[in-house]
Amino acid sequence: MATTTTLPPRKTNRIGLEPAAYKGSRSTLCAGCGHNAITERIIEAFYEMGIEPHRVAKLSGIGCSSKSPAYFMGSTHGFNAVHGRMPSVATGTLLANRTLLGIGVSGDGDTASIGIGQFIHLMRRNLPLIYIIEDNGCYGLTKGQFSATADRGSVLKNGVVNDLPPIDTCALAVELGATYVARSFSGDKKQLLALLEGAIAHRGTAMLDVISPCVTFNDHEGSTKSYSYVKDHDEPLGDISFVPFFGDITVDYDPGSTTEVTLHDGSRLLLKKLDRTYDPTKKLEALRVMTEAHEKGEVITGLFYVNTEQPSFIDLLNIVDEPLATLPESKVRPPQSVLDEVMDSLK
Amino acid sequence: MATTHVAPAESEVAQQPDRVVNDLSIQVATVNGSGSQSSNMVLLRALFQMGIPISGKNLFPSNIEGLPTWFTIRASKHGWIARRKEIDFLVAMNAETGEEDVRSLEPGAACVYDEKLNLKRLRDDLSFYPVPFDQLVAPVCPDAKLRKLVRNMIYVGVVARLLQMDMGEVERALRKQFKKKVKAADLNFKAVLAGYEFAEKNLEKRDRFLVERMNANAGKILMEGNAAAALGCMMAGVTVVTWYPITPSSSLCETLITYMKRYRMDPETGKATFAIVQAEDELAAIGMVVGAGWAGARAMTSTAGPGISLMSEFVGLGYYAEVPGVIFDIQRVGPSTGLPTRTAQGDILSTALLSHGDTKHPLLFPASIGECYSMAIDAFDLAEELQTPVFVMSDLDLGMNYWMSDPFPYPDKPMRRGKVLDAEDLKRMGSFRRYKDVEGDGVGYRTLPGTNHPAAGYFTRGSGHNEDALYTEKGELYVRNMDRLQRKFETARRMAPGPVIEQAGNEVGVIAYGTTHWAAIECRDQLAREFGVEIDYCRIRAFPFTDEVAAFVRAHHRVYVVEQNRDAQLAGLLRLSLAADEISRLRSVLHYEGLPIDARSITDSIMTQEVGN
Repeated sequence: MATTTTLPPRKTNRIGLEPAAYKGSRSTLCAGCGHNAITERIIEAFYEMGIEPHRVAKLSGIGCSSKSPAYFMGSTHGFNAVHGRMPSVATGTLLANRTLLGIGVSGDGDTASIGIGQFIHLMRRNLPLIYIIEDNGCYGLTKGQFSATADRGSVLKNGVVNDLPPIDTCALAVELGATYVARSFSGDKKQLLALLEGAIAHRGTAMLDVISPCVTFNDHEGSTKSYSYVKDHDEPLGDISFVPFFGDITVDYDPGSTTEVTLHDGSRLLLKKLDRTYDPTKKLEALRVMTEAHEKGEVITGLFYVNTEQPSFIDLLNIVDEPLATLPESKVRPPQSVLDEVMDSLK
Repeated sequence: MATTHVAPAESEVAQQPDRVVNDLSIQVATVNGSGSQSSNMVLLRALFQMGIPISGKNLFPSNIEGLPTWFTIRASKHGWIARRKEIDFLVAMNAETGEEDVRSLEPGAACVYDEKLNLKRLRDDLSFYPVPFDQLVAPVCPDAKLRKLVRNMIYVGVVARLLQMDMGEVERALRKQFKKKVKAADLNFKAVLAGYEFAEKNLEKRDRFLVERMNANAGKILMEGNAAAALGCMMAGVTVVTWYPITPSSSLCETLITYMKRYRMDPETGKATFAIVQAEDELAAIGMVVGAGWAGARAMTSTAGPGISLMSEFVGLGYYAEVPGVIFDIQRVGPSTGLPTRTAQGDILSTALLSHGDTKHPLLFPASIGECYSMAIDAFDLAEELQTPVFVMSDLDLGMNYWMSDPFPYPDKPMRRGKVLDAEDLKRMGSFRRYKDVEGDGVGYRTLPGTNHPAAGYFTRGSGHNEDALYTEKGELYVRNMDRLQRKFETARRMAPGPVIEQAGNEVGVIAYGTTHWAAIECRDQLAREFGVEIDYCRIRAFPFTDEVAAFVRAHHRVYVVEQNRDAQLAGLLRLSLAADEISRLRSVLHYEGLPIDARSITDSIMTQEVGN
């Protein structure tokens, strides 16, 4: 039987892939978990940027957050490593193949406690990696213990009060040498998407701390990482828009009120200024706004710092352009003459 | 065994020949940081160039300047290059240890010493040679700041004269040592000559020890094990090297950096065909190896016991997620910080089973610098073919000391990269299952990140997984996977280097591995010459053990497993691998004082144990 049904044109991105190509397996995290919203934004960002899934490597440590790479880009290689040590695995992966686009997903326990050492050295190296902290201030997978990003005074479901100050991973990242540092909120679709797209376009460590309420253990009155607390206390640094290098989106900004940052691939980040002039290329400014926010009990979000000049770790190592992993034997095994030369020098 | 007689034969004790040629051990006792390493190398190299089989062992403290250090040179016309306990010729430069050093000498030994130390008073059964080092160095080296360093060159001249060394070779060795620094070489050679002339005029030769030119070293090289391993890694095509400094392993990666910068820069682009990273700790070093191995690079790290302990968790991940990587363990004395600058074979058992859960790993046991080189190459092939971490178990004695060898052969086989599917393969096959045992050898096919095919990607995890690399907690699937890993270990058994066996139907056998080999073969000679006891020998070169090892044990009534640790660690691994009637034949000879094992200790232990049989 002949059919004349015409299918509506399929939605595809600039490389002809449908959104489904960026999806992963079904999430096994709790319904309503902030991490799932972040997963959705990651899918959207990679789709919109038209990144070929095979060019990406997904990396993670251990914890609820670290499960989430299974839930996006299912056809992409992923590595769920050991607790707190994703940075080293990511480093090895990107040294072996510099053409990969690395995205690492970690949590606040995985990053700020067990993994703080590797986190620090990753930031310091400015490895070209998107590093996302899905930050809920608690250990979800072991049933809700405080993490090192929990705010002082926040209360666990069972009444335990946190009396230690939080580690601000963004302040650390800025201080240590990461070249793209931002904080967002899993529920802020527009801001998170723009920041993720900017991170994809950036070449260097892009560190995104995303407040992501834990609906099971840390979404209640006493928590400063709950939906209601963050919604009430979110203080965006500015309205952020991302213009990809291939895009011609008209942005509804008054030129006088925006700061523009051009990223490595030609994409642009536009930041609409709020009540004060904020310059995301100044480290001191970044640290100042973060400290002020802590003092006021606000959760400040937005792009704190960006530096497109700093060479990445891969640049510093002066590695050949092709992936080291697949260099042919002729490039990696020196000829007989080299061995002879060494042997002669030892006689 | 025929004899129950333990005392060594008469000839060893009573008759002292007038001349002992090319058979002595020299010990130089100095303070570290005093530049004695150059002087000692000149002595060692000059003897080597004279064609006499030698070895040089540096016994040093975990310190940069000011503590006692000893350098021992053994020269043996018979080719025995293990450490000898007995010192024939002492150079005593260290006030702190001088008296004890002299007291420990065998009767008839010679002692060159700094006149100020007044050691002559201590014994009357030695030949003493006092030398006024301070007076001799002043005219040679007007610059007072350099004197401390040049002073030690004077004993080279004194020893050269007393042993009748070839001064042409001494000068050649010195100039090689200082390479292009001609001024420094000239200054130092002046000091050597000052010592030589002083000895010629003032010291009457009274001891028995001499050296003469031989021709045993034609074409041979002199090198440290860590440098040989580094060369092996470069020739193996390593591309990612991550490391954290630790004694006695650091010189492996440091030498590798030198080689790679020289020989592995792409001639067309001037860029590196490698990445070398000094990591923040051993956890990160092995994590980077795992990441790089997963992404398809030939990746390695090098460490010692404390680093191995730290790497435990990641090594378990490498085993379970099946990621290749090469780890060098340059063993030192544990537990804990232990004796960081002393040697041992003390990480065997813990490394074989490193990490929690059911894990086990192939180990290679190099005994020589030649094997440091060849096993480095083997290790990368094995790691990629087996998709698992592979350990090369060297030690401080091998890694940091100087050994002779024939020149290393160029690799005769191309690199074996293992079962890796590329996009073309996948196009043909349509799909693949990461952990499916297709060929029955327990090794699945893998793809690398970046492979341009929709079926290429899979999710690697240290949690339970099925053949498709998907998460599962099902007991049945867990068992199937673990049993496959066991099959893979059987494949490793077939692929690993087999033992070297010398067997002539004797009742007693000896098993040794790594650097213990050199003392073991000398012990065989001692047993034969002094006691008329012939024994068979099996040198194990890898874990898992091949079937030949069990056959060797079965073929003997008693098998002595000789090793440098307290807990008989390799014997323990053998016990896990052998049948009950084989296990009952095992005995142990153990040496764990931190100094390299010597033949006499093995001979004594075996003869003592044999008395009961």
